[in-house]
Amino acid sequence: MSFLEYLDSRSDIVVQLTVEHAEVVALSILIATVIGVALGVATYERDRASRLTLAICAIFLTIPSLALFALLIPQLGIGYLPTVVGLVLYALLPIVRNTITGLRQVDAAVVESARGMGMGRWRRLRRIELPLAWPVILTGIRVSTLITLGIAAIAAVINGPGLGELIFSGLSRIGAVNDVNEILTGVLGVMVLALLFDLAFFVLRRVTTSPGVRA
Amino acid sequence: MSAPTPTGGSEAEPMIRLEGLQKRFPGQAEPAVDDLSLDVPEGEIAVLVGPSGCGKTTTLKLINRLIEPTAGRIVIAGEDVTHADPDSLRRRIGYVIQQVGLFPHMTIAENIATVPQMLGWKGIDARVDELLELVGMEPATYRGRYPRELSGGQSQRVGVARALAADPPVLLMDEPFGAIDPITRERLQDEFLRLQGEVRKTIVFVTHDIDEAIKMGDRIALLRIGGRLAQYDRPQRLLIDPADAFVAEFIGGGARVKGLRLVTVDDVELTEWPTARPGDEAARVLALLRESDRGHALLLDPEGRPRSWLSREELGRNGRPLEGLGETVGTTVEVDDTLHQALDALLASGAGAAAVVDPSGRYRGVVDLATLAAAVAAMAVNGHRPAGAEAEAANSERDPAAGS
Ligand SMILES: Nc1ncnc2c1ncn2[C@@H]1O[C@H](COP(=O)(O)OP(=O)(O)OP(=O)(O)O)[C@@H](O)[C@H]1O
Ligand SMILES: [Mg+2]
Repeated sequence: MSFLEYLDSRSDIVVQLTVEHAEVVALSILIATVIGVALGVATYERDRASRLTLAICAIFLTIPSLALFALLIPQLGIGYLPTVVGLVLYALLPIVRNTITGLRQVDAAVVESARGMGMGRWRRLRRIELPLAWPVILTGIRVSTLITLGIAAIAAVINGPGLGELIFSGLSRIGAVNDVNEILTGVLGVMVLALLFDLAFFVLRRVTTSPGVRA
Repeated sequence: MSAPTPTGGSEAEPMIRLEGLQKRFPGQAEPAVDDLSLDVPEGEIAVLVGPSGCGKTTTLKLINRLIEPTAGRIVIAGEDVTHADPDSLRRRIGYVIQQVGLFPHMTIAENIATVPQMLGWKGIDARVDELLELVGMEPATYRGRYPRELSGGQSQRVGVARALAADPPVLLMDEPFGAIDPITRERLQDEFLRLQGEVRKTIVFVTHDIDEAIKMGDRIALLRIGGRLAQYDRPQRLLIDPADAFVAEFIGGGARVKGLRLVTVDDVELTEWPTARPGDEAARVLALLRESDRGHALLLDPEGRPRSWLSREELGRNGRPLEGLGETVGTTVEVDDTLHQALDALLASGAGAAAVVDPSGRYRGVVDLATLAAAVAAMAVNGHRPAGAEAEAANSERDPAAGS
């Protein structure tokens, strides 16, 4: 069976797995964004706190993904929940780091004039600092998304959702019918998703950044 | 300190009063500002001037509590604000800094609307347009622009408009024109003084440029390193009667020439000068010139506008029509120009005189060196500045040397 014939015959399941894959990544990124931006906002003004936070987030990225998912089994078992938790941990570092960098990059004169006009801390964050840091934060989110798209495939080993199922199934049946086709489908699916997410980020960037700061 | 008089006694409460203000930054042996007491009357511009690091910015930020004092009191409009809520205090105090700090992601209109919005004002759009007009920017053109689409001078104008938006009684300005090229700076200064004539805010203005201080200030506070007040006085007093060697040195040479910036052509008596009309006979003009003891006659055009300076030599070379002769009058001055500008025109003319014209360009008289010398002499005698007379009494209590 050729690759295209294979795809045609399995299109239902392929589409379903691709959607699942996109969903679990989107959900994880959403959660990681909320946590990551909160951590960044909480620590960017203090050097020691922000360095500590970054160091901890960096540790997760150094653990091989297979091992991280395995480590989560005792607490969370297998399936959807540990997949999301694992992906969130992987996604944190770029988001936290870019939030801190972005907030620190805001022109000191802009912050001073905001303070001098009587903007309190929260109003300043919401109206001035976060909007100005947003392009940098969004870049962090985009990097996290790309990392997570790949790692989500590994989650198949703990029965997670998504295209990993095709890859691992193909790997386990090397030599059998359609083995390579299955793997190829999984890998290409992830790549197509990466392109689609990138496109989404491009659009998101245009609609969420002010023309005043657009490059 | 006298208690505020509810019925408004003769001695009006100053809009800003600093009392024994001190700021010692953590880990520093010497205070950045020390024992600073200063009254700024309502509607006046007080300029803080002094060498770099003398504590000007720190003093300014103490007033809107961007920096908390380690000792002393800040009283604004009779109210002790030393421990007031900083955010609501700052909404009543306009703040302009050298780097402007416009919000780059907001339009000009949104920038200007910031404080009125926080205060929950209605009719903000109309207010924004009014402010843009006040600072000389066409609302329809600029309202929707972003800060990066403005020149430095325009940004600074918007910065001023933004600071004035909620009509605060007090304005703090930290080297607002410091980063702007000299020509634009001069224009912004003039515009700002005109604007201040309309809005009459109480302003504390920081600069390290003594010339800017003399031009902008109703009063000048000269600080020495360590944030100690060396002298607080009307500009002309500072020029004529420096309190000590530090003040004299900071003012630098040419104090009297600088003083010419404080007097307008309006304030002095214009000198009569021999004039000629295009049809006149050269011999008759020459006779007039000899009689007046001047070196040049001023040729006016048929509309009465200064045209050229005719020297005795040229008039002596007989027979030619006057029109083509002489050195064209370059710069003329108007009555609201300063004597400093008149001096400049005078030196450029070669005739030793600056022609003064009315707004339609017609000749009114001249300013010559004798006029300037008399003005300087008058300044030395009575600290002359028309608007300054009533304040001398207030100053003498601080400055024992006054009235010498
Ligand atoms: N946040 C701070 N922490 C510690 N020291 C400070 C701080 N801000 C200012 N200083 C010190 O206080 C002194 C006065 O500084 P300030 O900025 O008020 O000077 P300035 O008169 O505005 O000088 P310039 O003309 O250079 O702007 C300086 O010695 C400066 O180093
Ligand atoms: Mg300063």
